[in-house]
Amino acid sequence: MSQEHIEHAIRKEYAAGFTTDIESDTLPPGLNSDTIRFISAHKNEPEWLLEWRLEAYRHWLEMAEPEWAHVQYPPVKFDEISYFSSPKAMKDRPQSLDEVDPALIETYNKLGIPLHEQAVLAGVAMDVVFDSVSVTTTFREKLFEAGVIFCSISEAVHDYPELIKKYLGTVVPRKDNFYAALNSAVFSDGSFVYIPKGVRCPMELSTYFRINEANTGQFERTLIVADEGSHVSYLEGCTAPMRDENQLHAAVVELVALDGAEIKYSTVQNWYPGDAEGKGGIYNFVTKRGVAHRDSKISWTQVETGSAITWKYPSCILRGDNSVGEFYSVALTNNAQQADTGTKMIHLGKNTRSTIISKGISAGHSSNAYRGLVRMSPRAEGARNYTQCDSLLIGDRCAAHTFPYIESRNPSAVIEHEATTSKVSDDQLYLCQQRGLNAEKAVSMIVNGFCKEVFRELPMEFAMEAGKLLEVSLEGSVG
Amino acid sequence: MLKIDNLHAKVDDKDILKGLNLTVAAGEVHAIMGPNGSGKSTLGHVLAGRPGYTVTAGSARLLGQDLLELDTEHRAHLGLFLAYQYPVEIPGVSNMEFLKASVDAVREHRGDPALDSMSFMKKAREACKAVDLDLAFLKRGVNEGFSGGEKKRNELMQMMLLEPKLCIMDETDSGLDIDALQVVASGINAMRSPDRSIILVTHYQRLLTFIEPDHVHVLSGGRIVKSGDKSLALELEERGYAWLEDVA
Ligand SMILES: Nc1ncnc2c1ncn2[C@@H]1O[C@H](COP(=O)(O)OP(=O)(O)OP(=O)(O)O)[C@@H](O)[C@H]1O
Ligand SMILES: [Mg+2]
Repeated sequence: MSQEHIEHAIRKEYAAGFTTDIESDTLPPGLNSDTIRFISAHKNEPEWLLEWRLEAYRHWLEMAEPEWAHVQYPPVKFDEISYFSSPKAMKDRPQSLDEVDPALIETYNKLGIPLHEQAVLAGVAMDVVFDSVSVTTTFREKLFEAGVIFCSISEAVHDYPELIKKYLGTVVPRKDNFYAALNSAVFSDGSFVYIPKGVRCPMELSTYFRINEANTGQFERTLIVADEGSHVSYLEGCTAPMRDENQLHAAVVELVALDGAEIKYSTVQNWYPGDAEGKGGIYNFVTKRGVAHRDSKISWTQVETGSAITWKYPSCILRGDNSVGEFYSVALTNNAQQADTGTKMIHLGKNTRSTIISKGISAGHSSNAYRGLVRMSPRAEGARNYTQCDSLLIGDRCAAHTFPYIESRNPSAVIEHEATTSKVSDDQLYLCQQRGLNAEKAVSMIVNGFCKEVFRELPMEFAMEAGKLLEVSLEGSVG
Repeated sequence: MLKIDNLHAKVDDKDILKGLNLTVAAGEVHAIMGPNGSGKSTLGHVLAGRPGYTVTAGSARLLGQDLLELDTEHRAHLGLFLAYQYPVEIPGVSNMEFLKASVDAVREHRGDPALDSMSFMKKAREACKAVDLDLAFLKRGVNEGFSGGEKKRNELMQMMLLEPKLCIMDETDSGLDIDALQVVASGINAMRSPDRSIILVTHYQRLLTFIEPDHVHVLSGGRIVKSGDKSLALELEERGYAWLEDVA
């Protein structure tokens, strides 16, 4: 099949491109300390949290946007962004799904996320974030019986202030980086999870994110604390409607796995990637990090197909002895998308282990970079890391880059790194077509095969979704 | 079944086929022999529709349809199957998955109902046994790390499952051990049927002692320079191709 064929097929309209006409109450664009006071007051926050935000804001003013990532974009105009909006219909929080604005349900249906069915059939409790405010929370009572807390951060601030005070900002400090500081100043909402000692969370916890307001930055904040010996699996999924202007998304996710706990955090990210030239896509600058205490385990699995720009490094600080960190990633870029993603594994404790499996797929004239840091501290006696970093190229105008950083300050630590780059070859496509498959089916099959090791790590229903998502994202990327 | 008239084709601006004529009736088995580089594989790829192979003159019709104006996959749907001389590896995609997708695609275009997973698995296992491959091969990546002979048997297995109308087998016998040659030959024989035609490209008359061809052709310099019955293969075995150059 010819190159033109491929290019034609690449140009595919974004399936989730539409907006809902729920009236929003949106703050005018711009950021100053009054904006932060408004957000804090609107959420009825205690004084200490307002101070916390203002402190972050002061730091942010003195920081500069990072420029080291392998991505290019016009400067973000932070004073043209609106920092808060909430759907009006939400002022009186619905008591059940039936009370939810039908337009909202309709939106989710269009996205193929039938709320009722997904929640009931899959046994998933969902804290659905529509724009910046939690709309509805299901299964909370059932979780409550198990002692699990799963609610929005804003609620947690009121209901569990000790937990929030104790952990907020401990994994990702306010000054950590430019975007984390911004998030700390203006974060709108997000999820809070607490699993008590020894409890195995009875169901997968899940959040669907969605950006809906034009020009509204999203500043989600998620905090998950797994107490000693507990276990939780958390799914985050998102998809955004079509927009003309770039939208900034700067989320912070903090995970705390106390002694012997296990946190599995899975993401399927499908923000709007922009049109074929990259216009209008989401800028996704995310800070995700977990601290693993003794004998605990943190596992990040991500499938990244959306956004115009992705800047994201879910990381593990392996503080406790024998703790384990894992990072399984599929990052797909098509058309003009740019991704600079990877992980950091910071080995502090003895016998800590980490595994990194990264699969980068580039199509169109996109650019896909893996950036990973493995650091063995002097104390990390017997620590081990295994990194496997594979790139798959589709067509000949895309690019893949690998930036592995290795710092070993303990001679007993073992670090293994493997990297491969392959291409979906014309011969492979020809074989598939000779056997009756069309080029698109062939590519999606090859890509799915390439990603198998990562998909295996996803919860069942998510793995299916992820496969479908890749197919949609790649439609027409070959010829 | 297949009618090729005065076919001229080039690859990367190099003329390879230079006025090839060949007619294959339904139910027939034709053997094509000829020196290295004479254009045998090229003929298979031109018929299958490989990108980069350009037809400059002539025509080819399969079951009355103009083959040359169809896309590669539509030629496959019509019933054309090419068993590769050098099968390609597709790492990560399991043989089973690949086969199921192909069979689904071909059946859909034929208007046959899709096979459910159970019946497909059953058929796939049978085909696997028929070519004497361990069932584990169904789970491995397509041709991934297969030995030369295993790849050839894998091609035959796919052919059995796809039930094509026209089978072009490009040196499927090359690289097979003595037992495998028998297995492959009886597999091909089992596929002979009144509504299916088979073109065997081979260098060895041995294969033709197991599979008796209706016609034998010599392809040389991009054209069929001699045709005959199975005795021609024996003659070639004895005398080589040199004497034919005069004929050409
Ligand atoms: N891409 C190409 N560019 C130039 N020449 C090519 C190309 N592909 C094939 N050829 C040439 O075309 C001629 C015919 O090749 P083909 O593979 O059809 O031969 P064959 O008859 O199948 O030979 P064998 O018996 O060795 O398999 C050869 O001389 C080969 O080098
Ligand atoms: Mg050949």
